[in-house]
Amino acid sequence: MGDGKSAVKKITTPLTDDVVRGLHAGDAVLISGKIYTARDLAHKRLVEALAKGEELPFIINGAVIYYVGPCPAKPGQVIGACGPTTSYRMDSYTPTLLQAGLRGMIGKGNRSPAVIEAMKRFCAVYFAAVGGAAALLAQRVKAARVVAYADLGPEALQELLVEDFPAIVVNDCYGADLYQEGVRRWCQCQHLITQ
Amino acid sequence: MRKIPVSTVRDTVARLCIEANCVLGDDMVQALEQALNIEESETGGEVITQLLENQRIARQELMPICQDTGWAVVWVEIGSQVQVDGGELGDAIQEGVAKGYTEGYLRKSIVADPLRRKNTGDNTPAIIYYDIVPGDRLKITVQPKGGGSENMSEVKMLSVADGADGIKRFVVDRVWRSQANPCPPVIVGVGIGGTIEKCAMLAKQALLRDVGSLHPDPFYAEMEKELLAEINRLGIGPQGLGGRVTALAVFIEAFPCHIATMPCAVNINCHAARHKTAIL
Repeated sequence: MGDGKSAVKKITTPLTDDVVRGLHAGDAVLISGKIYTARDLAHKRLVEALAKGEELPFIINGAVIYYVGPCPAKPGQVIGACGPTTSYRMDSYTPTLLQAGLRGMIGKGNRSPAVIEAMKRFCAVYFAAVGGAAALLAQRVKAARVVAYADLGPEALQELLVEDFPAIVVNDCYGADLYQEGVRRWCQCQHLITQ
Repeated sequence: MRKIPVSTVRDTVARLCIEANCVLGDDMVQALEQALNIEESETGGEVITQLLENQRIARQELMPICQDTGWAVVWVEIGSQVQVDGGELGDAIQEGVAKGYTEGYLRKSIVADPLRRKNTGDNTPAIIYYDIVPGDRLKITVQPKGGGSENMSEVKMLSVADGADGIKRFVVDRVWRSQANPCPPVIVGVGIGGTIEKCAMLAKQALLRDVGSLHPDPFYAEMEKELLAEINRLGIGPQGLGGRVTALAVFIEAFPCHIATMPCAVNINCHAARHKTAIL
């Protein structure tokens, strides 16, 4: 995925500075390694924990958070359907987590200017996975365990071991935004994209 | 009076919840296949290919198409000659939703209170709309509705003077402001007329139409066609990454109006446009 740009890049977590700097908006990637699930309520708790000076339930330095609330696993499954949820709901919490060392986020949909600015400042990257491709994405998850906030049910914080998890770089650490560039290229309503 | 056992209602609702979430309708599969032919953006084409592959896996493994298995919105048409035997119809529907979401390993996405946000644990309550119709049949439609696209929906009380152009501007602008968030390619449900709540209901009901079907009123059939063309000029494309296919369909439901009002509601559905019906 990437309109004829570079070939698919394989990356592993945790992300280093060098890896993040090598990623550009439009790059298709396959992510392998451990990633952490967190959505609305888990974000609230993570940011509250940081404010109180408490230790987080996972090592945030270099970590990648996946915005997802999976379906329950059937017997014999690692995880149920697990596509990305809409990212902007996490925007108000994200700069704090980036400052704490978070390096990557997987979700879907546009981010706020404050998040994009914080990604430049703290050298981080935002990936989109295909929203609604939840059965397909579940096949790339090889192990899953709840790490914290089990009381939140589908919103619990889980550690996932993923292999070749497909995503595309939307916002890189240089401030580029694939959503804006992509729509600008295809929009036939000039008055909407002149600003 | 024709009697239908309450257990039949419960089990039917449970089955519809699972089927709707795991088996994408043939109309949607066909629409996605057509979209793949139309889409010129390479990224957009890749997204649609993944969506088609995803629904194949979901169908085969009886896995949800999307992890957001939605609010269970249930439309009930109960014949005046039907009696539900052995319990209450409303209870049977709620029990059916709880059963379907639990036994089908579907995600429980409902919190008991909007501010205190504790999960109810079984995806109840369902939102149920009843209609009493002539006859001795009971028609039940389960429409799981995802939250991401619901968040991009809106009701506006337009001025009568805004006319059809005002409606079109509002609908297209609502889709433009949504960008990638509601998981395009989307289905756009539009309600026009009625009171504020009736209008919103019409927009949701519009989403039940088969993709590819025409509005029976040529006036609205034409408006749907114009809106779809205009929305697909926006360039948002599959997943908002840019492309030709932003919407697969625009469906309008109109209703009589007060002389002073012209409400319009837009209810957006993601590409996982799910609904299943049973007639008992």
